[in-house]
Amino acid sequence: MILSRGPKLCNFLEWRGLKVVYKRYASLYFCMCVDADDNELETLEIIHHFVEILDRYFGNVCELDLIFNFHKAYYILDEVLIAGELQETSKKSVARVIAAQDTLIEHAKEQSNSLSNIIAQATK
Amino acid sequence: MALSGMRGLSVFISDVRNCQNKEQERVRVDKELANIRTRFKNERGLSVYEKKKYVWKMLYIYMLGYDVDFGHMETVQLISAPKYAEKQVGYIVTSCLLNENHDFLRLVINTVRNDIIGRNETFQCLALTMVGNVGGREFSESLAPDVQKLLISNSCRPLVRKKAALCLLRLYRKNPDVVNVDGWSERMVQLLDERDLGVLTAVMSLLVALVANTPHAYWNCVPKCVRTLERLTRGQDIPQEYTYYGIPSPWLQVKTMRVLQYFPKIDDPTIRKSLLDVLQRILLGTDVVKNVNKNNASHAVLFEALALVMHLDADKEMMSQCVVLLGKFISVREPNIRYLGLENMTRILLVADVADSIKKHQSQIITSLKDPDISIRRRSLDLLYGMCDVSNAKDIVEELLQYLTTADFGIREELALKAAILSEKFAPDLSWYVDVILQLIEKAGDFVSDDIWYRVVQFVTNNDDLQVHAAAKALDYLDKPAVHETMVKVSGYILGEYSHLLARRPGCSPRDIFHILNDKFPAVTTPTKALLLSACVKIMMHCQPPDPELVDQVVAVFRRYESSVDAEVQQRAVEFLALARKGTAFVDIMAEMPKFPERQSPLLKKAEDTDGDASEVSATKIRQQQMQQEQNSTALVVADPQPANGGLHPVSVPKTAAPARHSEQAVTSETPQDSKSFPPSQSQAHSNGGTPQQAPGHTPGSASADLLSDLVGPLSLEAPPPVASTSSSDLLALEAPPTPTAAAATPADSLALALLDSAPTQVQPLGNVSEWFKELTLKDSGVLYEDPYVQIGLKAEWRNAQGRIVLFVGNKHTGPLTNVKSSVLPPPHLRMQSAVVPENIPPRAQVQVPVDVACLSASRETAVLEFSFNVGHAPVSVQLKLPTSLNKFLQVAPVSANEFVARWRALGGPPSKLQEVVRGVRPMPLAEMANLFIRLHIGVANGLDPNVNNVVAATTFYSGTAATLCLVRVETDPSDRTQMRLTVASEDPNTTYELKEFIKEQVMDIPFPGQSPQAATVTPATIPLTGPAAALAGLI
Repeated sequence: MILSRGPKLCNFLEWRGLKVVYKRYASLYFCMCVDADDNELETLEIIHHFVEILDRYFGNVCELDLIFNFHKAYYILDEVLIAGELQETSKKSVARVIAAQDTLIEHAKEQSNSLSNIIAQATK
Repeated sequence: MALSGMRGLSVFISDVRNCQNKEQERVRVDKELANIRTRFKNERGLSVYEKKKYVWKMLYIYMLGYDVDFGHMETVQLISAPKYAEKQVGYIVTSCLLNENHDFLRLVINTVRNDIIGRNETFQCLALTMVGNVGGREFSESLAPDVQKLLISNSCRPLVRKKAALCLLRLYRKNPDVVNVDGWSERMVQLLDERDLGVLTAVMSLLVALVANTPHAYWNCVPKCVRTLERLTRGQDIPQEYTYYGIPSPWLQVKTMRVLQYFPKIDDPTIRKSLLDVLQRILLGTDVVKNVNKNNASHAVLFEALALVMHLDADKEMMSQCVVLLGKFISVREPNIRYLGLENMTRILLVADVADSIKKHQSQIITSLKDPDISIRRRSLDLLYGMCDVSNAKDIVEELLQYLTTADFGIREELALKAAILSEKFAPDLSWYVDVILQLIEKAGDFVSDDIWYRVVQFVTNNDDLQVHAAAKALDYLDKPAVHETMVKVSGYILGEYSHLLARRPGCSPRDIFHILNDKFPAVTTPTKALLLSACVKIMMHCQPPDPELVDQVVAVFRRYESSVDAEVQQRAVEFLALARKGTAFVDIMAEMPKFPERQSPLLKKAEDTDGDASEVSATKIRQQQMQQEQNSTALVVADPQPANGGLHPVSVPKTAAPARHSEQAVTSETPQDSKSFPPSQSQAHSNGGTPQQAPGHTPGSASADLLSDLVGPLSLEAPPPVASTSSSDLLALEAPPTPTAAAATPADSLALALLDSAPTQVQPLGNVSEWFKELTLKDSGVLYEDPYVQIGLKAEWRNAQGRIVLFVGNKHTGPLTNVKSSVLPPPHLRMQSAVVPENIPPRAQVQVPVDVACLSASRETAVLEFSFNVGHAPVSVQLKLPTSLNKFLQVAPVSANEFVARWRALGGPPSKLQEVVRGVRPMPLAEMANLFIRLHIGVANGLDPNVNNVVAATTFYSGTAATLCLVRVETDPSDRTQMRLTVASEDPNTTYELKEFIKEQVMDIPFPGQSPQAATVTPATIPLTGPAAALAGLI
């Protein structure tokens, strides 16, 4: 439905009593489905906000970044939206949280690496 | 950024991406699923790393659209893992793969709870996010208190608190009971002082949901919201990171304004003023800028401000300012703004009296109807539909018709329906209406439902001066090549009935017309063939003097279909053939169809129905309902908002009233109009002078069926049969009528009379009034009465000897109810005071009528409500029993065994203690009887009586200032449940007697005559729902 729409049309599409708000970035489409009386432009800018955060995180985000790091995209989305509602509007704050998460995971990995090193050495 | 070294996953993703086609992809995915499955089976050897990897793979496969129906256990187990990295994977994949009803979620509730109340902030975040995204009812019940604690905790970081706010929002949506309204509103006020804008945004989202449900509980938040909005719009004290393209958090602004829209109205003059000032600034201070995002964000705020202005019902000046703005928007190039401009124009039309200023933009709106974007076209269609009235109907409908030829299929059906509705609603004259519909059929026949052409036939039949015009038009259209089948039907029908009126015009001789019809036979479906056969026989019969050549040709047609495989066609052909042989003797049977009884337009009804569906969710509707709940102090009229897509405006276009109704007038003038006691069913029949819109929807419930039957009717000869399938029986009846011409003429003459007498116009309650009353005896809210026009709901509260009943009188109808009167007739033992009902109830509005009740003594009599109203000109009046039954003044009395026995003994015998063996009891198990007693507020004291077949109960009866303890004992016979011995004792003989009788009534199968809890009948005993057709069939 969205794909068949030309470039100069509006970003809203009525669908089964709901509205689909979408935005295209190169070959990627981001869509959100909202109630008929929700604020469409607000939703549109939530999409853009999310994309800006992705962009900042991945550094010029592209399709491949998202495909191979789909789980990262999920983390970030979880920091932006919960229960369909906007959680954080500050890009900085989101970036901080994600960075903190990354360190935690790295940290855990190092730990397990060092552990397995120790085990490996011990079993030698 | 590599996938944290998860090579296996990257390889898999690359593999899938390298697949040439869907088939290869499926093979690759299936292979992977099989692999994961076997690995999970031998779980022993699985390292933590592998577990994570496989779970990610599952999610990826799920994302591709494949079913993943295993491995949920492994995923859920990761949540319980001690380390962050595993937990995170577990939580995220769980929230994607499982929905709220999944059984496995139950397994983790405890782990999740431990994470939430634990000290580890990162775990708290994970758990809150997951619950926020999938949390269902069970989560709600077990986690809500902990989440609330986190939200208001001072020691938590903003990061956790904002997640807690949204998590609570989710839980609240699943189960509103988790938030205790009383205590929580104060908390919300405190939370609105939050300095961290991230938390404030989340809190505002929560507030939107809370206020939407119970606005009156959160009044104290209004000033804070207004202040927040002021602060945001002024840009005071907003950290740089919370501005978006230079705008201070547009999202928070929008949310704050959204909250304010859920409050019914803001009365406090200072708050209102400062709010309007802020809005004014937004309205005037928003400019179109180059940057798309900035533009979007600022307009998001602007449109929300517009919505709030509409909601606040601001003064005229501000409203017209809004219209000017919207007028600007609908002509800009940017499609989003154009779309929203049109959408909001439709909305403002519904709340404010701005129709005239919007009409100035009509040409621009019509241009948008041709926009390349379907979304915009739809908005523009809706707006045109909404702004249409008598003054511009011609222009707008003609535009719609013109557009219909080029419109794409996505919108055609809607377009056709809307054009049909508008032309019916606002037709300056009926011939125009007929023209429009015929054009509509020509241009978009596929989208013109049968309802639409049936309606045309009704109008033409009922309006003599329309018939010539319609016949001429029908002939024009039918004479064209490649005519749509619907056109054949409507034209065939009209020509069959009225073509003889054209006979003097050139090219309109019966023979010409027959040839045109005859040409259509090969191309049409069987039902249409049947219709054409009827048309032919009518043309033949109307031809004066008889034309032998024409008769021969027509007979040839009948012969052709004499052996048709279709039973209906065959039967008609055979019967018409027989009629043709009898010659002119039967010309009266082929007379024009009698007039149809007025009825609600099925189109309008359809539009109404769809509106109902669509508006159920809309915030405006919710808001409106809230308003109604708010104002329960006195009777008040609240008109429902017009639904967004135009819906039904209360229209009054008396100009279209059809003048020709002699036969009906003749009949109706015989009956008195004024008497209120006159059976409503008959007096309703008087209301036929109105316009189509005003015509009350007689028996809307069966309108469509009626309609169908009436219109299939013409296919048979003289009478609309009750339902299509039985039409053949009527035809059979035709064969039998007595031969004398005179006899044949009489039924035809009496047709109109019969039709009116038995017109299905009585107002029937939609259910059993006495059942409703019975229900209400046992509970305190429910339906008291409902018919096609009115619904009376009831809600009652009782405390000791006092009570308050609130009647909710709703007009279900599309026209206003006028001359509404209600009076409460209290029995001697009750003192009652009722608010006054407004005289008129607008369409789809509800009025609340509080009634205060005080009980003075015990009696089984109940109060009666006399309620009357007019629909159109027809008075309807009902008498309803109000559930002020004895038990409403009872309260369960906890009595100890000793006390009971002592009392029981003290109350020796009659008249304080009465005993009776009751027969004819509705057989019920003891538990059910106990249950019934409890529902009647007669408390059952278990174990007091050693005999298990007995029920002992105690209750207190309140009257005036007195409270009388009543004791009840029921002894049942397990072998015969239809009888029992009932003993009632109290200090007051009258109370004892009345209570005993009351209990008797409640347990007996057949209530006492005269005491039956049945409301006075609403309708006299008229023929139950027979169509005119049935009555006619009886006549023949």
